[in-house]
Amino acid sequence: MTLPDKAPFLTRRAAIFRAARAFFDDQSFLEVQTPVRLRAPLPERHIDAVPAGGMYLATSPEPHMKRLLAAGYPRMYQIAPCFRHGERGARHNPEFTMLEWYRAGADYLQLATDARALLGAVCRTVLGTTEIVYQGARVDVAAAWEFLTVDAAYQREAGWLLEAEPDPFRFDCTMARQIEPRLGFGRPTVLHDYPSCFCPMAEPLAGTPQRAARLEIYLAGVELANGCSERRDPRAQARALRDEQAARQALHKEVYPWPAEFVAALPAMPPSAGMALGLDRLIMLLCDTPRIDEVIAFVEE
Amino acid sequence: MVLIHEAGVQFSYGLPLCGTMCVPNFTCDAMYEASDLRKGLKLQIDGQPYVVIDFEFTKPGKGASIYWARMKNMITGASFERNFRSTDKFEEADLVARSMQYSYFDGQNYCFMDATTFENHLADQAVVGDKKNYMIENMPVDILFFGERIIDVGLPLTVVLKITKSDPGVRGDTATNVLKPAELETGATVQVPLFINEGEYIKIDTRTGAYIERVKK
Repeated sequence: MTLPDKAPFLTRRAAIFRAARAFFDDQSFLEVQTPVRLRAPLPERHIDAVPAGGMYLATSPEPHMKRLLAAGYPRMYQIAPCFRHGERGARHNPEFTMLEWYRAGADYLQLATDARALLGAVCRTVLGTTEIVYQGARVDVAAAWEFLTVDAAYQREAGWLLEAEPDPFRFDCTMARQIEPRLGFGRPTVLHDYPSCFCPMAEPLAGTPQRAARLEIYLAGVELANGCSERRDPRAQARALRDEQAARQALHKEVYPWPAEFVAALPAMPPSAGMALGLDRLIMLLCDTPRIDEVIAFVEE
Repeated sequence: MVLIHEAGVQFSYGLPLCGTMCVPNFTCDAMYEASDLRKGLKLQIDGQPYVVIDFEFTKPGKGASIYWARMKNMITGASFERNFRSTDKFEEADLVARSMQYSYFDGQNYCFMDATTFENHLADQAVVGDKKNYMIENMPVDILFFGERIIDVGLPLTVVLKITKSDPGVRGDTATNVLKPAELETGATVQVPLFINEGEYIKIDTRTGAYIERVKK
């Protein structure tokens, strides 16, 4: 697609940015900017940071936004450029834009409420309707959203009764090929309560510690957002981060410097919840295109 | 020597080999990673050659990159699909293309000869298939080897063949009858214009069997 051809989508992109900012500004969320280049990206076994002059480009604004929570900022949002090495596909560009917001004193379910209100506001403003039509499928963001646990989803779509710690590759393949493509039709689906072994940053659920307070939002088979009740216990969080470092080492991946400042800030962080929404994905949904290339002015080859 | 594209030959798969030109008796020993997967890539799995016919990259949630590919066995034609992890590696298919000449059919197999070494190689009828209709003695062909085994024959884009049998066209009926059947020296039947006669030579498109033009010999 040539640049002139992209104009309608890039115009809609700008309108979505405006509507998203208006939504958060109207609710007294503080718009913040955190470093794009940092010393210590959070270690996650499947997310690879792009090196930059002895440091790394941010894979997400999470570590710094949580330090802001710890410093006493109760409600904030950011539209942040994120960089993830090697992620290129119809829905992936190694550089993408994340809309990320955090609330002190809230849990992960509050984020779903936020997301529903946000999508409603953005769709009304930009489309004039809350009903998105995406690749032939209708999704009404104002309708009651479906809440589905990960366990129920695997049972329903794959006949698989998930263990406490499921096999990771089988989990990911099943999710990518069988489950995700069926979520979020008619109305958005919130998939929630993931195995804790797959969410190092999320608080385990009281009563069922093998499952964590994490959720993902799907519209018409497209993964749009990921949020969780943030993990607070510094020792448990440090242990989870060390596990991620070990996993990266075992995969012969680069192990980033220890995020000492982040871990040190945790005792001061109140119970909080944060959501990361792929803004390019939202734009794709509102422009009815299956290709991220069409909603970004310049993509990587 | 084996410049497939210069010679203008067409393999069944119609795709460039390994992204490189293979010299006779030289095989690539590279290993591919899952992130190298793309349509047209040729791999070797359990000793069989496969070509990737469909491919998708996905990365669910905070999970691992999943590289999904559908592949077709270049010998049996059977296809399957599989999810690969980013750490998966696989061998490049041991494929070599060699310029040879078609020699003869011995009743069971087709024999091709390397014009420089005079080595003979046999290919069975299943591999040659309908291409036999356009093959004549000493025709230059590109032979695709998987190890020692011939798995495909690439013919030149056109061939000149003699009409060995054809009834004269019935004139006066040209409104509905612009073509008539003709038998070629290879035994195949093609459709030709009415003015073509027995004993004449015509140029045929080897991919479709279509008449191109009459050739004076």
